[in-house]
Amino acid sequence: MLTAILIMALGAVVLGAALGYASIKFKVEGDPLVDKIDAILPQTQCGQCGYPGCKPYAEAISKGEADINLCPPGGMEGVQRLADLLGREVKPLEAEEKPKQVAIIDEQTCIGCTLCIQACPVDAIVGAAKQMHTIVESLCTGCELCVPPCPVECIRMEPVAETIDNWKWKYPVIELKKVA
Amino acid sequence: MLQLFKFRGGVKPQTNKTPSLGEPIAVAPLPTRLIVPLHQSIGGTPDPLIAPGDRVLKGQRIGGADGWISSAVHAPTSGTVLAVEEHVAAHPSGLPTLSVIIEPDGRDEWIARTPVDYRSLAPESVREMLRDAGVVGLGGAVFPSHAKLTASKTVPMEELVINGAECEPFITCDDLLMRERADEVVRGIGIFRDLLRPQRVLIGIEDNKPEAVAAMKTAVQALGENFEVIAVPTRYPAGGAKQLIRVLTGKEVPAAKRSTDLGVQCFNVATAYTAWRAIAHGEPVISRIVTLTGNVERPRNWEVLIGTPLAEFVALGQPKPDTNGYLMGGPMMGFEMPSDAPLVKATNCIIAGSPTLFPPKAPEMPCIRCGECAKACPHELQPFELYWFARAKNFGKTQEYHIFDCIECGCCSYVCPSRIPLVQYFRFAKSEIWAREREKKAADTAKTRFEFRNFREEREKAEKAERLAKAAAAKAAEKKAEAKPAAEAAAGALADAPAAQAAAPTDAEAAKKAAIAAAMERARQQREAAQPKNTEALTPVQQRDIAEVDARRRQAGIETPGEPSGTADANAPAAPAAGSEEARP
Amino acid sequence: MSHYLFIVIGAVLVNNVVLVKMLGLCPFMGVSRKLETALGMGAATTFVLTVATGASYIIDHYLLMPFGLEYLRTLSFIVTIAAIVQLTEMVIQKTSPVLHQVLGIYLPLITTNCAVLGVPLLNIANRHDFIDSLLFGAGSAVGFSLVLILFAGIRERTDGADVPTHFRGTAIAMVTAGLMSLAFMGFAGLDKYQ
Repeated sequence: MLTAILIMALGAVVLGAALGYASIKFKVEGDPLVDKIDAILPQTQCGQCGYPGCKPYAEAISKGEADINLCPPGGMEGVQRLADLLGREVKPLEAEEKPKQVAIIDEQTCIGCTLCIQACPVDAIVGAAKQMHTIVESLCTGCELCVPPCPVECIRMEPVAETIDNWKWKYPVIELKKVA
Repeated sequence: MLQLFKFRGGVKPQTNKTPSLGEPIAVAPLPTRLIVPLHQSIGGTPDPLIAPGDRVLKGQRIGGADGWISSAVHAPTSGTVLAVEEHVAAHPSGLPTLSVIIEPDGRDEWIARTPVDYRSLAPESVREMLRDAGVVGLGGAVFPSHAKLTASKTVPMEELVINGAECEPFITCDDLLMRERADEVVRGIGIFRDLLRPQRVLIGIEDNKPEAVAAMKTAVQALGENFEVIAVPTRYPAGGAKQLIRVLTGKEVPAAKRSTDLGVQCFNVATAYTAWRAIAHGEPVISRIVTLTGNVERPRNWEVLIGTPLAEFVALGQPKPDTNGYLMGGPMMGFEMPSDAPLVKATNCIIAGSPTLFPPKAPEMPCIRCGECAKACPHELQPFELYWFARAKNFGKTQEYHIFDCIECGCCSYVCPSRIPLVQYFRFAKSEIWAREREKKAADTAKTRFEFRNFREEREKAEKAERLAKAAAAKAAEKKAEAKPAAEAAAGALADAPAAQAAAPTDAEAAKKAAIAAAMERARQQREAAQPKNTEALTPVQQRDIAEVDARRRQAGIETPGEPSGTADANAPAAPAAGSEEARP
Repeated sequence: MSHYLFIVIGAVLVNNVVLVKMLGLCPFMGVSRKLETALGMGAATTFVLTVATGASYIIDHYLLMPFGLEYLRTLSFIVTIAAIVQLTEMVIQKTSPVLHQVLGIYLPLITTNCAVLGVPLLNIANRHDFIDSLLFGAGSAVGFSLVLILFAGIRERTDGADVPTHFRGTAIAMVTAGLMSLAFMGFAGLDKYQ
């Protein structure tokens, strides 16, 4: 009995020492996983996941604090890719999936308060105090962060319209025809 | 005789070219209105140069090229601009694009045309002229021609290939152009030759057009050129640029490389013709030859103005009653044209369809992996593998199988015994991959902007803290200055400072910061005292100028120099500055 | 010499650790979605399994047997394997971050791979000597990698196949695995001539 305990203890000590030594000798800084997760996230910086931006969310996922299905702009496809990367189960999205949107300022109503400029995470709103503001559409990520601060409710979200430049060929479908 | 090479794959569909060859090219009558899309070439969308209500002349530029890879657009006839608005485009999506709508006045009045002798001009200005004349590849790709006319600096230009193959069934516009206007085509090729200086010029024409070959040979001889006119075997898609280059030169353009990397450049015959018209007659590209064929009473070729509405054009051929749609391009690569779209530079052929001519496709059957598509593929791809992955939306795999080398020629769909619309799957996969790349790019921009914004906020916070500290230090200095006259008061102040610190222990940190800031401020003042200010180092003339400017400002009452102006938020000169800061990338 | 050959062929094909012995099914189903990860997992498992068989033989013969502690085999083997996997991970992370990224979380998963524990135990049950043990371990690992890679290749293709909705995903993978297992039954008897 005593030998058994001794031998197991000896084994544990040897292996523990080896691992401890290795963890000091082979210490690696940084977490490459965060960058990989961050690359999958859509970078809208909208905070709908409950974290202040995409990077903090990526960090939370990598630490295992956050689930992978909290990003509505990424959609189900984003969840799928995160699941593939992390080897986790695919889960349905927490919130509703929306089509891609852009914010539009009604320039007649805008009073030039600059509140939306301060809210925009990607500096996509141009304007100055008491001057009309407008949104640079190509830079807008559709995060909706500018909508609540507006005191006169002049910002609305509109789905991105299909144009010739972003039009996509559709998936070929077989038309079902009525028989008789 | 030149040795010809073969390209792999290809098919031999029924050519159906004879009906439209019966009659010579006719000039189409002026339509009631013209819809000229501004974006008619690969590259940047030209900016409109006119406004609704303007009167335009025939050949007047209405859209200026936007950047180098872009091409100008011109008014096809004289008349009034009714509107510059979104109009349905000649595009498979049927979506609108910004177009200029012109009501012709019937006078067909030209702008001043200035023919030039291109030989006396620098090559750069010839290229610019071609761009401003809207010369683009008329084979269907509408790539701006001037951008292809710069010889590579690293690879010597060996062959200039002129594409008159016209391999798609039904289409005969290039055939008739070469028969009737071979002289001008050859002169146009001369321009390209002089710009690129290739060792050889090869004109490839499919051997089912003996008249065109003969006409071109005669024209080449008559003009004393040394171009080789070569009849190539008829086999679809011999008119694909890479296939024709392969047949004529034996050079195979590898994946992800362009023919220029191998010292070969390829142009369509119609492009050469328009280039000659543009240079030697000063006529921009405002019309083109379009084959109208298929289910019509009078199939023939028409020289038609760009922007002619489809409905008015097809009426010329008297479509038969059972016509159920119009195809733009050939039956292999063409697409169903939206019924109210206009004809554009890319329109080489309009085929009226009918249930008998193009019977509805039988339903798709499962792929049996027979490999016929791989045998037919002129690019030696494996369409059945591409299909497998495109259908499963496994886009990474489709790229591994080189989906972007697919030219969408339609050979695979043509031979498929299961009638699978393979090209449709490939187009779907390609546009899906492009969309993803766009999204990725947008995400990257958003990320850098977000990071920059965070960085800027941090910096502003730091700057603000510094300013506050400075102000605190200034106040302290003032106090000190006040206290100086009275010696004992100074001692009192010194005693005061620690007392104040002791009195407000919660503010200890702030006080410490202020002390550090004050020290920094003192250091700065010392530095400033030691160094002359940059205005003092100016010459007397410059100082006088500055004084004058200041005086003018004072007169205008904008601001008084020396006084801080940033106190009022809505201060007029400050506002644009703030705006520009927000717009900073 | 042929004795060693039989051990290797037997371990790779005839008594394949996954398809015949039904060990290590967790990574077989879990890491076979993509060919790349399957390759990485195969390589990592091959290394760990070979080292683990050697180490466990030494522990068994020079530590447990002399003291009559055979009943502690499972326990001590698990501890050893866990330590080896941890060590391997740290070394790989330091020396080859690329490989570490490719293997990702599958590397620590090898700890719980029952094939890694099962093979040393089988070694003892079959009374293999040290060389035999090593060959058997390496052979089993190669057999594991082989079927894992084959299976990953098949699964990549079934992803695009017209599988009835209810059979998609794991269900069709199970059916495929069953068919592969049947196919490997065909190797039975390959090591039985003599």
